[in-house]
Amino acid sequence: MKRKAFSGAQRRLLAYAAVFCAVLGAVPSVGAMHIMEGYLPAGYCVAWGVLCVPFLIAGYLHIRGTLAEHRSLLTLFAVSGAFIFVISSLKIPSATGSCSHMTGTGLGAILFGPAAVSLLGLIVLLFQALLLAHGGLTTLGANTFSMAIAGPFLAYGVYFLCGKLRVNKKLSVFLAAALGDLFTYCVTAAQLAMAHHADTTPGGAFAKFLLVFAPTQLPLAVIEGILTVLIVMGLESFAAPELRKTGFLEVR
Amino acid sequence: MKKKATVAVLLLAALLIALIPLFALRGAEFGGSDDAAGDVVAEVNASYEPWAAPVLETLIGGELPGEVESLFFCVQTGVGAGVIAFFAGRFVERRKWQRASAETPAGAKQE
Repeated sequence: MKRKAFSGAQRRLLAYAAVFCAVLGAVPSVGAMHIMEGYLPAGYCVAWGVLCVPFLIAGYLHIRGTLAEHRSLLTLFAVSGAFIFVISSLKIPSATGSCSHMTGTGLGAILFGPAAVSLLGLIVLLFQALLLAHGGLTTLGANTFSMAIAGPFLAYGVYFLCGKLRVNKKLSVFLAAALGDLFTYCVTAAQLAMAHHADTTPGGAFAKFLLVFAPTQLPLAVIEGILTVLIVMGLESFAAPELRKTGFLEVR
Repeated sequence: MKKKATVAVLLLAALLIALIPLFALRGAEFGGSDDAAGDVVAEVNASYEPWAAPVLETLIGGELPGEVESLFFCVQTGVGAGVIAFFAGRFVERRKWQRASAETPAGAKQE
C-alpha cells in the first residue's frame, strides 16, 4: 500500500512541522465532530489547529506524489472529495429524535490513505464554517482533527486490519467507514470534555458529550458504511483501472 | 443480477434506517446533535461564554435564516453530486468504449 517514500526536502519539512507542533506544546491526545464557533477556549483552538498542520502537510505531499505518479487518479480523488461533500451535507433523522450528519471520509481514507483525506475534509469544513454557520473558524482546527484526521486514520486502520484478518472486502469497507464515522464523534466528545469540565470531572463531561453524539450517530454510521460500500461497488465495476493504481484492487 | 439485488437491498436498508425514526418518533424535534452539544457545555461549564460567532452571522447581523441555510446545504450536496455524476458518467462511457474497441484489435489500447 505504501506508495512512495518522501524525498529528503519533504521529509525535512515534515520533521520541522512535527517539531513546531511539539514545541508549541500541543498534546496529541486522541479523542471527536463539528464544534460550534466560539465553543472552545482560544488555547484549545490554537493547539488543535497546530496539531493538524503536520497531517495536512503530509497529506498534501502524499497526494501530490500520488497524482504525479498517476495523473488519472485525479478523477478518483475528486470523486472521494465530492463524496464527502454530499455525505456531510445530508442531515439525517436518527433513533434518538435528533438529527446528525455523516462524515464521508472513509472512502477517501481507504483509497488514498488517511493523510490525503485531511485536505478534502478541511475544504468541506471551511465551506460549512463560512457559509453555513456550521462548525466555525475558531474551532476549525479541532473539527479538522476529529473529522478529517482522527476518523480517516481509524477507518484506514480498521480497513488495514480487516485486510490482515482476511475479512470479506465489502464488510471491511463497511466497518472502516462506519467505525471511522463513529470515532469522529467520539473524538469530538473528548475535545469538548477536555475544554469543558469546570462543573464536573473530565470523565463525567466526556460521558455526557458522548451520550449526546454516540446514540444519534450509531444508525448514521451504519448508513455511511452502506453508502460507502455502494460507491465502492460502483467504482469496482466502472473504475477498475484507477482502483488498481491506488492499490485498492491488489491488496487482496 | 446478484449484484443488482445486493445494491437494491443495501439502498433499501439505508433508506429505512434514515426514514423509520421519522415515522416512529412522532412529534420529536429532530434538532441537530451539534447544537445539543452546546446545551451540554452550558451544563458542565456554566460560566463559559462562547467568544466568537459564525462569520456569516456576524456579517448579516443575525441568525442565518433557515431557508437560506437549507439553500447552502443544497449547494453543497449539489456540487458534490454533480462532480460524482460527471466522473461516474465518464467511467461508465469509458468502459463501454473500451469494450467496443477491444473487439477490434487496432483500438485495443489501455489508457
